[in-house]
Amino acid sequence: MDIIKAQDLSFDYIRRDEEGNVEGTTRAVNHVSLSVSQGDFVAILGHNGSGKSTFAKHLNAILMPTEGTVWVDGMDTREEAKIWDIRQEAGMVFQNPDNQIIGQVVEEDVGFGPENMGVPTKEIWERVEESLKAVGMYEYRKYSPNKLSGGQKQRVSIAGVLAMHPKCIVLDEPTAMLDPSGRREVIRAVRALNMVEHVTVILITHYMEEIIHADHVFVMDVGKVAMHGTPKEVFSRVEELKALRLGVPEVTQLAWELKQSGVNLPEGILTVEELTEALLQCRG
Amino acid sequence: MKKEPAGNHKETMEIRLEHVNYIYGGDTELAVHALDDVNITLPAGQFIGLIGHTGSGKSTLVQHLNGLLKPTSGRIYCDGEDICAKDYNMKKLRQKVGLVFQYPEHQLFEADVLSDVCFGPKNLGFSKEEAEAKAKAALLQVGLSEEYFDQSPFDLSGGQKRRVAIAGVLAMDPEVLILDEPTAGLDPKGREEILNLIRKLKEERGITVVLVSHSMDDVANYVERIIVVNHGRIMFDDAPRKVFTHVEELENMGLAAPQVTYIMKALAEKGAAVDTSAITLEEAKQSILEWVKGNKA
Repeated sequence: MDIIKAQDLSFDYIRRDEEGNVEGTTRAVNHVSLSVSQGDFVAILGHNGSGKSTFAKHLNAILMPTEGTVWVDGMDTREEAKIWDIRQEAGMVFQNPDNQIIGQVVEEDVGFGPENMGVPTKEIWERVEESLKAVGMYEYRKYSPNKLSGGQKQRVSIAGVLAMHPKCIVLDEPTAMLDPSGRREVIRAVRALNMVEHVTVILITHYMEEIIHADHVFVMDVGKVAMHGTPKEVFSRVEELKALRLGVPEVTQLAWELKQSGVNLPEGILTVEELTEALLQCRG
Repeated sequence: MKKEPAGNHKETMEIRLEHVNYIYGGDTELAVHALDDVNITLPAGQFIGLIGHTGSGKSTLVQHLNGLLKPTSGRIYCDGEDICAKDYNMKKLRQKVGLVFQYPEHQLFEADVLSDVCFGPKNLGFSKEEAEAKAKAALLQVGLSEEYFDQSPFDLSGGQKRRVAIAGVLAMDPEVLILDEPTAGLDPKGREEILNLIRKLKEERGITVVLVSHSMDDVANYVERIIVVNHGRIMFDDAPRKVFTHVEELENMGLAAPQVTYIMKALAEKGAAVDTSAITLEEAKQSILEWVKGNKA
């Protein structure tokens, strides 16, 4: 079952002059067709301006297609009557943790979504508890969000989405503003959601090493899907990725450079374990 | 007071912090010791990485360097002059110590790129012509040619906007340039471009650069000295290779070692004779090649 399906999706940003007349359009997403199966961990890569965030904003109806169609769990995002159902099923987490938290206390913030949906009070508290536990923030439920680190705030944001019981969570560069431990915490929480809670994950990032465990990787360029495959397949194409202003995980880069220097290594090495194994085999 | 330096800087300055403490909310129960007995010297012309987790005190520290915050106790000297002295010229200090904030492109506001970059030098009292000359030189130096001067900064790409913002600080001819996470949110190529630009600026202008970063790989590849801040204290202050031998302590502070250092450690644990103090890809590659080839011989 496809939780997300985009068919021939295009989106134009419209530029207007001071009087509001249309000056021109910029095509940010250009005839994208892709689908995501329920329970998958999908990564979207692409340089700044490649169209990945514009695409992501279609997945919970923040933006509407200029052409083509997006379905979330079978619902066309252009159907106005379905908009709240769509937003409940596909939650979004953004880059800046400070822009997403509104509550004075962690548990209130997490309860805001379900409360807004009209969930009965008793169930709100159950959902708050399970969501905070899922991201490892339950001990902090009585804290003021401004006492938390960046990674903790992002995990609270994720819990806030989880409490709405979405089938899918879209994260647009959730670690861009975090320190190394914050990044680790958030990625660990996201992977746990996918593996334990079976929530579909769509992760947009500029950090290549965060997505080596993804099921599928889509690489965007000039509004189109330029590459698609498993992490191993995509990260085997080092030179193509560099031409798209991207890179590969550090381990993959090191393996690739060693291969260029004549060491007999397989393509698309993604983890330290794989590299270690392969090098020890070279040693014979 | 010393003479204003001319366009290109032979003369750059040293900043020295002695027993600097900074406490906010001092007389309440919520007092926070944001800086705790900080003693460091930033000599002229060094490329320094400043690392620490969110809330470690590094931003507080940086704001002391150009007088945005004043120490609760302790002394800060720029070229031997006490910046907390009553008659100290703060305006001159802020010109000499340029601070590029996180996401500096959010602070662009003028209708065109050139005017935006002129804002700083004009504010320092330079004439329109002088300000424009400085702005143009700065823009060219960050890689934005004349065709961009009349464009709206808001029509540029993320990486270009950030260059405009950096040029805005450069146009004031700082002798110390502090950048707070200049690569946040940029794609891998954009990160590399900005870091190479910063290295070039440091070399061409001979200025001191302080790079505040959450990327261990970036500091490992670019800086010559790393200062690690935790709970407002200086935990390590040394060459990158030496700082990154303290992997466990760094992890306990919410930091990490560069990725290649972990790779080398994993290899060594499996019995490979490789250099576990390697902190850059190139060092790691050379060490592994030696090991692999040594074996074949």
